[in-house]
Amino acid sequence: MKIIVLVKQVPDTTEIQVDKKTGTLIRDGVKSIINPDDLAGLEEALCLKDKYGAHVSVLTMGPPQASSMLKECLARGCDEAILLTDMKFAGSDTWATSNALAAAIKKLDYDLIIAGRQAIDGDTAQVGPQTAERLNLPQITYVQEIVEVENDVLTVVKNWEDYLETLQVELPCLITTLATMNKPRYMNCADIWTAIEKDVKVIKFVDTDLKDSDVGLKSSPTNVKRTFTKDVSNANEILNIDAQSAAKRILADLVSKQLIVLGDNHENN
Amino acid sequence: MNFELSPQQQLMKKMFTEFAENEVKPVAAYIDEHEVFPVETVEKMVKCKMLGIPFSLDYKGAGADYISYILAVEALSKVCGTTGVILSAHTSLCAAPIHDFGTDFQKEKYLVPLCSGEKLGAFGLTEPNAGTDASQQQTTARLDGDNYIINGSKIFITNAGYADIYVIFAMTDKTVGTRGISAFILDSTMEGFSIGKKEAKLGIKASSTCELIFDNVVVPKENLLGQVGRGFKIAMNTLDGGRIGIAAQALGIAQGAIDETVAYTKARKQFGKPISAFQNTQFQLADMQTKVEAARLLVYQAAWLKQNKKPYTTQAAMAKLFASETAMEVTTKAIQLFGGYGYTRDYPVERMFRDAKITEIYEGTSEVQRMVISGSMLR
Repeated sequence: MKIIVLVKQVPDTTEIQVDKKTGTLIRDGVKSIINPDDLAGLEEALCLKDKYGAHVSVLTMGPPQASSMLKECLARGCDEAILLTDMKFAGSDTWATSNALAAAIKKLDYDLIIAGRQAIDGDTAQVGPQTAERLNLPQITYVQEIVEVENDVLTVVKNWEDYLETLQVELPCLITTLATMNKPRYMNCADIWTAIEKDVKVIKFVDTDLKDSDVGLKSSPTNVKRTFTKDVSNANEILNIDAQSAAKRILADLVSKQLIVLGDNHENN
Repeated sequence: MNFELSPQQQLMKKMFTEFAENEVKPVAAYIDEHEVFPVETVEKMVKCKMLGIPFSLDYKGAGADYISYILAVEALSKVCGTTGVILSAHTSLCAAPIHDFGTDFQKEKYLVPLCSGEKLGAFGLTEPNAGTDASQQQTTARLDGDNYIINGSKIFITNAGYADIYVIFAMTDKTVGTRGISAFILDSTMEGFSIGKKEAKLGIKASSTCELIFDNVVVPKENLLGQVGRGFKIAMNTLDGGRIGIAAQALGIAQGAIDETVAYTKARKQFGKPISAFQNTQFQLADMQTKVEAARLLVYQAAWLKQNKKPYTTQAAMAKLFASETAMEVTTKAIQLFGGYGYTRDYPVERMFRDAKITEIYEGTSEVQRMVISGSMLR
């Protein structure tokens, strides 16, 4: 089985702040990490490799410095690292990014593509699904568990937030994974030692069938109008009343704000 | 000259730091308080292939270098001195002598499971009456056909009880002094081999430190490590390497104490401002970090010399002497900067202070290191 995992290098958003004047992220001094949903996807791929045997590739689109992240993926035990990089890709939104990723993937062999659900720096959750569409592949998003692969059929559990659904899909396909689904393994000493020596395969614009109109800032339909930090206001109301009256009051508030809907059998007592 | 870690070493360090922060730090206070050997942590270290870092892939090691191993001991010790010494004793004192002096058979049978982490290692030289004067070994090994019969005991053995493989020393000929000492590889399952008293200690409390008892242990001749009568040399050679490991442990403990102190002094307010704003705090921290940085250079230099197969005995002694005394000094100052809170078990500097002390004692006291260093000067 050949697995391609789509990964993205992102700023560690637990540490990041927004410049209030310009509305842009202050990236200086903020360390880069592998996007958590992607790292979970990589872990699933490595588990499939442990269980069934597989060739695991990681693919990222990004600047040349993203190769440091790819080396870390190699140091976790994946077999091949591919960097899709070109000045022509700069400024790509999710639409253009998935064009580029799909074009690169078309040049590769695969049975399964795993992408993280979404990246913590953008939270769009669009690149995985769009890439599947470009490749005309079946897709399952929000995968919480990979149950098994048997006779080229993949069984997964999809998380719908309020319920779980077990689904089967024929390979080849694309799934998107959730960071909460596993605890990623650490890099290991032996693979770290060889990872640095391994080459990262580089794919440029000219290596693909892409046209200028497919990628880059100009071909990106998304326009960011403004980025800002929400001001959180705490409008408190303190009432000194007994518990039963308080419960009624809260219920009435929630209903009036349409945060909850009372069922038919609710008795108003 | 190049003072930079290689890309591999940098990535190793990153992994060790992540591992230490996520897996070791959260349990450090608990295992110290309850004196429990961190079996689960060791299992996690095995998964990361940390038990055979400097040994070749042929022996199921990581195929990395000695400096990376030293970085591992440092990173673990930064958050937990116990976990640091477990790795150091296993790697430097058990796997290393088998690697350096063992036969192919011994390497296959013992080094491979040590490197893969399937088995844990320990080293037994010290006896009740043979401490710094290790030549006074009273444990005996008598040749009987194809076996040696070993009788005697060892004390203060790190990893004892949890280790499966022990490199131990015994007199094969009492008439020729240190030339009568030989080294052996023992398996914990050998008949007549048992674990005696477990020590209750001041620090590294989760590390298992016990007596080894040999009551007519039948050891096959093929488990003789190196040649007959070369045991003392093997022991001294092994300890030279072990000292770099302990120096790295001391270095880690010291840096860990500084990191805790920096965070605390920035948060703790007195007289209306954080105590880090006072010049006394600033100057103390500057002195602490400068000494630790100097210790780090000595430790890495000794590791580099060993890695590059150059003489390193003196540098290893200097590294251990300076790093361990720095650890003691820095942890003492750390507690002082914490004030009353530093004396309590609510903060880790109290544990680090207790853990630091042993680094001035085991694998050669500071006095022994001074003997080694001056010995090389006054030859």
